[in-house]
Amino acid sequence: MNTTWSRFNIASLVFGFAFLYLPIVLLVVFSFNESRLVTVWAGFSTKWYVSLFHNQSFIDAAWVTIRVGLVSATVATILGTLGALAMTRYTRFRGRLLFSAMIYAPLVMPEVITGLSMLLLFVAIGFDRGLWTMILAHITFSMCFVAVVVQSRLVTFDRSLEEAAMDLGATPVTTFFKVTLPVILPAVVSGWMLAFTLSLDDLVISSFTSGPGATTLPMRIYSQVRLGVTPEINAACTILIAIVAVGVIIASIANKRREVQKARDEQAAARN
Amino acid sequence: MKSLGSFRRTFAPWNDPAAKPFIAIENVTKKFGDFAAVNDLSLNIYNREFFALLGASGCGKSTLLRMLAGFEEPTAGRILIDGQDMRGIPPYKRPVNMMFQSYALFPHMTVEGNIAFGLKQEGMPKGDIEARVAEMLKLVKLERFAKRKPHQLSGGQRQRVALARCVAKRPKVLLLDEPLGALDKKLREETQFELMDLQMKLGLTFVVVTHDQEEAMTMADRIAVMDKGKVMQVATPAEVYEAPNSKFVADFIGNVNMFEGTAAAVANGKIDIAVAPENLTIRTDAASKSCTVGQPVGFAIRPEKIRVSRKQPADPSINSAHGELYDIAYFGDMTVFHVKLESGRIIKAASLNAVRTVEDPLGYDDMVWVNFDADAGIVLTA
Amino acid sequence: MQNLISSIASRLVIAVPYLWLLIFFLIPFVIVFKISLSEVAMAIPPYTPVFNLSAGWQAFADNFSQFSWDNYIWLLEDPLYYKAYISSVIIAAVSTVLTLIVGYPIAYGMARAPATIRPTLLMLVILPFWTSFLIRVYAWIGILKPEGLLNQFLMWAHVIDTPLNILNTNTAVFIGIVYSYLPFLVLPIYSALEKMDYSLVEAAEDLGCPPILAFWKITFRLSMPGVIAGCFLVFIPAVGEFVIPDLLGGSQTLMIGKTLWNEFFSNRDWPVSSAVAVILLLLLVVPIVLFQRAEARAQESEK
Repeated sequence: MNTTWSRFNIASLVFGFAFLYLPIVLLVVFSFNESRLVTVWAGFSTKWYVSLFHNQSFIDAAWVTIRVGLVSATVATILGTLGALAMTRYTRFRGRLLFSAMIYAPLVMPEVITGLSMLLLFVAIGFDRGLWTMILAHITFSMCFVAVVVQSRLVTFDRSLEEAAMDLGATPVTTFFKVTLPVILPAVVSGWMLAFTLSLDDLVISSFTSGPGATTLPMRIYSQVRLGVTPEINAACTILIAIVAVGVIIASIANKRREVQKARDEQAAARN
Repeated sequence: MKSLGSFRRTFAPWNDPAAKPFIAIENVTKKFGDFAAVNDLSLNIYNREFFALLGASGCGKSTLLRMLAGFEEPTAGRILIDGQDMRGIPPYKRPVNMMFQSYALFPHMTVEGNIAFGLKQEGMPKGDIEARVAEMLKLVKLERFAKRKPHQLSGGQRQRVALARCVAKRPKVLLLDEPLGALDKKLREETQFELMDLQMKLGLTFVVVTHDQEEAMTMADRIAVMDKGKVMQVATPAEVYEAPNSKFVADFIGNVNMFEGTAAAVANGKIDIAVAPENLTIRTDAASKSCTVGQPVGFAIRPEKIRVSRKQPADPSINSAHGELYDIAYFGDMTVFHVKLESGRIIKAASLNAVRTVEDPLGYDDMVWVNFDADAGIVLTA
Repeated sequence: MQNLISSIASRLVIAVPYLWLLIFFLIPFVIVFKISLSEVAMAIPPYTPVFNLSAGWQAFADNFSQFSWDNYIWLLEDPLYYKAYISSVIIAAVSTVLTLIVGYPIAYGMARAPATIRPTLLMLVILPFWTSFLIRVYAWIGILKPEGLLNQFLMWAHVIDTPLNILNTNTAVFIGIVYSYLPFLVLPIYSALEKMDYSLVEAAEDLGCPPILAFWKITFRLSMPGVIAGCFLVFIPAVGEFVIPDLLGGSQTLMIGKTLWNEFFSNRDWPVSSAVAVILLLLLVVPIVLFQRAEARAQESEK
């Protein structure tokens, strides 16, 4: 290939990734700053982390966030997987157009609208706002992301696997649990991870739908940010980033390992 | 007594009026929207028969197989297997098993797990399952690979696992969708014979879908040639090849030279066909065909039934035509000559290279005579 | 019996997520619309109830006569609102174009990178998407502040003498949107480019097409589905963006998401904020429908 183009490609990748990562790197670096200022380096210190762990409101918020995340991601994964199955397996049912619209719309819907409309629903039916209303809201928007992730796997799923299972005597229900689910499991797991991080990160919808006593970490961070930038917030952000990054990196390394192993096995099989 | 083809066939229940068909397909139609994939089709398949559905892609053969398996329901007509009407019976309750074109091996299970899957669904006791799996592994010679996952196997091994998996349940009928389609040519030829041996050994009824005519001819007891959702001919491979019932079948199976003409004289089962462009009269000896003088008829003759010589044969009962040697295709085991008649028509003639050296070989642009015996070709009235 | 279970199961597969989305996604919009037609009351909930299920049909019908379009008239009369809508659309559109300019070369570079490092590059693009939106926006505050890192760097490099005022301007909002939404645009374009057969470009060049023209006529044209999907994925949520204009924008930055938030949380005027939401939704219906169609078509073509 033309070398000038290659150089252009490398340059655009370097600049692109610098743009993507530099702000996050700086944020992490300044969470270890000795000074109260987040812009002037005054030496290494972990004191902001220590103070963070003594800040009861942060700890409480972290607990709320994790609970909301675990519950909503799990329910959203079940609902989203069902939704993906409905979309790919039943090409003709009444109201399919509306259904697919309801799956895709939340992906792009401005959060302020989703948040406001959910809140008004809860008020209309007389639900007290709190942890559970927030969980319901999180399930609703994250199940659509799960549905899209699982659906993209199901589109390439070899339907003859299911037919083979049924041909061998498995009922449709058995077929789903013994064949379909195990095969699409990686997509379902990444759907769960996506739902969990979406829940972990959400600010706007949580703010609308939560009630007193149910403050999540992003809500806590947001109210602090409005008062000013502090290394303590940097530290909180760094912890969140670390959790997500470690999770994603472990998952993708495991995935990569599996693929490499599979490729190796296939080569070995082709030789004998 | 003279018979079609080169060998004697002993298994022929379809000629026995008392034999009851094992699979009866009665006036089955399958429509997808307005399109009839299978159109008012009837077929009988007998117990222990190796039956092939042969046709180009889109002819409805796979749809028919899927209706037997229960993945599609006929729009009209019915299917009986061993006397039982299959309407409304889901795939997981039918006494048939299918081997998929893609093999459809469960990627998350080992070879053992795949073979045991169907047995577990039956609720077979654990010990029996183990015994049966071991027996199946032995049958397909994969004992060493029991613990492997499908992606750790070669194409041929996967094919054998797929086979073992659907045979394990001892179905009454085995349906095979392009069973050798994913294998390379050499392996395919070996596997054809393995499949035939297995079918004999297990005494099962096989229904194979294939688009490969050589495969169908090699393996099957009978072939159903399909086109546009209909069966064009059901017959033994030799009959389909040597006595096709229509221009479509003659043209579809193997190579053929096709002439269109009119019956000029009909006497004692001998028909003379006048072919206009060459002003040629083909004398044929086709006892079973009946037609009237003046009726348009077709004449099909296989390339290997045509000889090419430098001189016109003296015997007037031998048909002959003069032409120029236009193209030569050398295949090693045989050579195909393309002879251009004065009318411009190209005649293909194949000759087996039974000897290594040839005296005075033919060459490009040589003027030659193509000639064939009166009973070498097929008269087609349909 | 087995058949019955199977048919119930297959019905549940559709019914459960369908009902969930109807109840928690669609019906709320109906409620938003209803409330946008009611008046503010100082009680909690801060609106007069639009319908009271216990009062029966008569009360429901009575209520209809009490609906008022006052909130919408209010929105039309106060220039603050329509200016906010217009400026939201403009900011979102400009940011989308900027994101495309920044993102396309990245996607192109990834798609042309050696196949062995492509998965790693892909993960590097996705990774920020997994980190909190709020955190990523927050990170820019420290950079863009007058005494922030960017100004420190530029002054150290003697590019400027006095600090640039970027934070709390529209420029900061543009940077924030481009930064936050970049992965949404890069991923669809990358997947379109990756699927493309590069020999098409070579064929074009072989047939005498100069490289720049070949890029435009072949590569860019074939990546259009990705470009369109990516642009929708940036534009639609950006119109209603709240966090970015709130944290990075200034007092003169008008965006409708921020207006809605303030109307709701500061003024506690639920009916007006509902009306703002309804109009925002109407504004976005066309792009959302177009996006959904494009997605459905892409799904079909993959089958």
